[in-house]
Amino acid sequence: MSFLRSSDAIILVILAVAMVLIGLVNPAFWQMSNLFSLLKSNVVIGIMALGVLLVMISGGIDVSFTAFAVAGMYLVVKVMVALDYNGVILPFMSATLIGGLLGLMNAGIIHRFSMIPLIVTLGTASVVRGLVLGLVGTSNVNINKMPTALIEFGKTDLLVLERANGSTYGLTAMVAVYLGLALLLHLVLKHTMIGRSVYAYGADPEAAKRVGFSTGRTMIFVYVTAGALAGFSGLLHSSMIWLANPRDFVGLELDVIAAVVLGGASIFGGRGTVLGTVLGVFILVMIQNSLILMGIDTTWQRVVVGAMLIAAVTVTALRDRRALV
Amino acid sequence: MPSAPLIELRNVSKRFGGVRALDDVSLTLDTARIHCLAGENGSGKSTLIKIVSGVYQPDEGEILIDGKPVGKLDPATSIAHGVQVIYQDFSLFPTLSVVENLALNSFLREGRQRIDWRRARKMAREVLARLDVKLDLDATVETLPAAGRQIVAIARAMLADARLIIMDEPTTTLTGREVERLFRIVRDLQDQGIATLFVSHKMREMLEISEHLTVFRNGKKVTEGPIADFDERAITRAMTGRDLHQGKFTAPDTTGKTPRLELRNVSVGDKAQNIDLTLMPGEIVGLSGLIGAGRKAIAQAIFGLRQDMTGEMRLDGQPIAPSSVPEAIAAGLAYVPEDRLSEGLFLTRSIRDNSIVSSLERFAPRLWLNSEKAAAQTRKMFEEMAISAPGIDAPVGTLSGGNAQRVMIGRWLMTHARVLILNGPTVGVDVGSKEQIHGIIQDLTRKNDLAVLMISDDMPELAANCNRVLCMREGRITGELSGATLTEEALDAALSNETQGEPA
Amino acid sequence: MTSQTNPKAQRSFLTTMLSDETARTNLLLGGICVLVLVAMTAMRPNMFLSSYNFESMAFFMPELGILSIAMMIAMLTGGIDLSIVGVANLAGITAGTLFGMMAGENGSSVLGLGPVALGVCAALIVGLLAGLLNGFLISVLKITPILATLGTGQVFIGMCLVLTGGPAIVGFPAGWNAIGNGKIAGLPVPLLLFVAICIGLSLLLARTSFGLRLKMIGTNPKAAVYAGVRRGQMIVWSYMLTGGLAAMAGILLSARTNAAKSDYGSSYLLQAVLIAVLGGTNPAGGRGNVIGVALALISLTLLSSGFQMMRMSNHLIDFVWGGFLILVIALNSWRRHRRS
Repeated sequence: MSFLRSSDAIILVILAVAMVLIGLVNPAFWQMSNLFSLLKSNVVIGIMALGVLLVMISGGIDVSFTAFAVAGMYLVVKVMVALDYNGVILPFMSATLIGGLLGLMNAGIIHRFSMIPLIVTLGTASVVRGLVLGLVGTSNVNINKMPTALIEFGKTDLLVLERANGSTYGLTAMVAVYLGLALLLHLVLKHTMIGRSVYAYGADPEAAKRVGFSTGRTMIFVYVTAGALAGFSGLLHSSMIWLANPRDFVGLELDVIAAVVLGGASIFGGRGTVLGTVLGVFILVMIQNSLILMGIDTTWQRVVVGAMLIAAVTVTALRDRRALV
Repeated sequence: MPSAPLIELRNVSKRFGGVRALDDVSLTLDTARIHCLAGENGSGKSTLIKIVSGVYQPDEGEILIDGKPVGKLDPATSIAHGVQVIYQDFSLFPTLSVVENLALNSFLREGRQRIDWRRARKMAREVLARLDVKLDLDATVETLPAAGRQIVAIARAMLADARLIIMDEPTTTLTGREVERLFRIVRDLQDQGIATLFVSHKMREMLEISEHLTVFRNGKKVTEGPIADFDERAITRAMTGRDLHQGKFTAPDTTGKTPRLELRNVSVGDKAQNIDLTLMPGEIVGLSGLIGAGRKAIAQAIFGLRQDMTGEMRLDGQPIAPSSVPEAIAAGLAYVPEDRLSEGLFLTRSIRDNSIVSSLERFAPRLWLNSEKAAAQTRKMFEEMAISAPGIDAPVGTLSGGNAQRVMIGRWLMTHARVLILNGPTVGVDVGSKEQIHGIIQDLTRKNDLAVLMISDDMPELAANCNRVLCMREGRITGELSGATLTEEALDAALSNETQGEPA
Repeated sequence: MTSQTNPKAQRSFLTTMLSDETARTNLLLGGICVLVLVAMTAMRPNMFLSSYNFESMAFFMPELGILSIAMMIAMLTGGIDLSIVGVANLAGITAGTLFGMMAGENGSSVLGLGPVALGVCAALIVGLLAGLLNGFLISVLKITPILATLGTGQVFIGMCLVLTGGPAIVGFPAGWNAIGNGKIAGLPVPLLLFVAICIGLSLLLARTSFGLRLKMIGTNPKAAVYAGVRRGQMIVWSYMLTGGLAAMAGILLSARTNAAKSDYGSSYLLQAVLIAVLGGTNPAGGRGNVIGVALALISLTLLSSGFQMMRMSNHLIDFVWGGFLILVIALNSWRRHRRS
């Protein structure tokens, strides 16, 4: 099967090797409670990574999604608190919508002015963060003020296990939400024209235009979806940690981009799969979370993430170079 | 033929600013006919392609398809009428699979939202079977050689129910054998009722493949007719407006002199084997052969651009082995690449910057650039090459092809090059400038005692400017023509012998 | 291609000036500076024009200015350096750590000029090494500059965290602080340094083979190789220069604030990109000049300072900067369209 030759298979092997190694250093890695918490840490980064994957397949790069996540999260929670509204569906729809609209702004600027996505998204990120912090507020919405419906939603577990001492731990249902979104994106990317148009545009924008793809539509799809995923993941994050912090996610851009690159996507576009990204996110989160398990000081975390990113891009650079010959 | 022609252009004109790209052109393309459109660069060929494919709208004249006027022709309408263009870059998606490259187009046209992968594979298999070629359907297109990519592009055009396939310079990147296969495919297409419009400036393929020929020059149709009415001389004359068989270049007597450049038993990767080559000072030696014969590899190897050269190379008797371009330049070697725009020039930079870039050591021995000296030397070169431009500060992008090429050659004057390698010295240069550039090359060679290696596909150019021409085939030098034996006819014969000798 | 042959070889100085894109951009930027100055003065004459206001600008503007020039140099070859803030902090922290080690129990503030000079050298070496690493990744391993410097930036910030353990290093030697707060002949030292760097780099880019080669690489990387420019080597040098400048900015930052921390000046990254682009640098490579960057810096600093005086929150100033960046992009695109 061609899967065995794909980069996804390689990533899977790397993941397996890493898991075995970490397990050897500290067998506590394999405890169910650790694995469950690991999966939980995947959710928010993972959903953001799906959006970044989409942008990267189209040949762009996005550093504004964390700002959009903050906007979706903080605006919605603030409004909920102000109106004393307690619900789940409408807030998540609103956060998604906010992210999507902000994504539309990215798409518009990038497409209209044919400008490097990195610089555009640096700009929109600053605009959105500045507006949220400057106009909406800078203080946290703490657990005592957070809408209970959101907290309850965040607490939902798929299954609950009991420890020897009688305390329980569970696998959060948000993992299902994340994997559901991943599956949906996979199907869209693989089996719909709009999904393939993202690959086509990323592979060669000029050729995509000549064949008759509406490139404006593709760009809108890419950035609106990425923004919507970011907005959604922002609110999900706050419902999982019972807190809405308008300064959250600073610096997370890099972790997410690193995960997507680790998952085999190419910054030159046209390459990347949902499965690879999900695996890439898992590797990144696992290594970050396991540093303590392996007895490494947490101050090294950034160094490790940076080094992993460099290693991943080196490998993909070598791969892409070979493909060009 | 009783039925109306597939496409007919009547008195079509197209202007860009003050330039008439097409001037009152009428052209008839019949069903299932292989038609060749010939002309030099800038003769209006690409404009015509873009008008037929609906990218440009003509300023005057009308377009008829199946005998009916179509009014405004846009790309979608053109495709709907069965017109497909295969551009030189093929417009494929390199990171996507062959299946997908084939199917996306059709699905898009059918306005589908979902992808039926099973149907896509079936379509791909069927169309490749019609072409009688085998390709790995799951291979990504970037892993295919140029010929494979071209086949994907042709198959894609067929899937779009093409009735006319326009191929823009289709043989540029193909080897001799691949050209033969392309010709077979084009004839098969013809049997299936598909017309082909070859857009080319290469004699041999025009004469071999096409049934009907139209020649453009300066935006006008100068002649057309069945291919049997033409020979190479006639086509050249029509394309260039004159007989280019003017005069000959004779090298000075070099007996007893040390060869300027000598290659002994040189091999370059798998591109060229056992090459022996001698360039005497004052000589212009041509290198003829098909694309892929290894000419470019040799030129690049001499110029330090390839690391896979073996064998012996001597410059003025001294062994050299440049492993990088700066070393080659310092030794006195110079290379004018074929693709001037992407490999040669810095379009937004000034003539001065473009000229001094390779001789910066002379103007900036340490770090500080001696602007006065640089400007003075550039101006001297500017005069010598008779470049027509507002001044040495004009960006090279604003110059005509001929003037840009003068800057390119002038750059090497400033490095005091002793060996000049020219790859396609007049590609993309208009007819008038062409001869002037030839004159400049000959003058420089005589005056500066240069040794020139001229790679060209243009037989008249080789015949008129070289005192010797070496013929290459599949990485080897297979023959040499000089003196009285050096004629266009002989050069062509050497090339076509070569193709006949190849298995089809 | 059509030839634009102009029979008039001699053109007046003014038309030449105006036809030159760089000069036109700089003229526009100069105009904006004056406009902002006039507008702000009209609104708050006594506050804005106070010598205190100008002086405080002269102290904090150079850090950002040097980072912007560093960014411009990375952009000249068509690259970008997202690690400059990390490099700046790492340089400051390395020096601070070094001072801590040299001073031992007594506290760094007692250290004399010798150790300070050593600290400056250490900081600059950190910057050059960081640039060397970036240059190596970009030119030898052929990693896209965005990703390479994003990664190394994280590594540098991570090393800051490792060195400091998180909290800021406070208390630098007096000699060090003089670099950021001192005055010579009534002029702030950072401003003098900045002017010197501007002049030096301006000459380096416009009048040396180094500058020309960088611009040629940015204009057409392939043609540069064919023309005999040692592209890989030049790119490594350019990132080392960028790193060195970033370290210089780090020295100024830690000297002015008497502290160094892993996340200081993180908002500088966007601002440096913005100022570079606004100053006429083409992020795709080939075009950029120091004067433009300096003018862009001045106009944006005046603008921020004006907003601050009107009691606008810092966050809204972020908004204004981001908005400005997008505006510049839109404006450039519009100009490009109009020309073609």
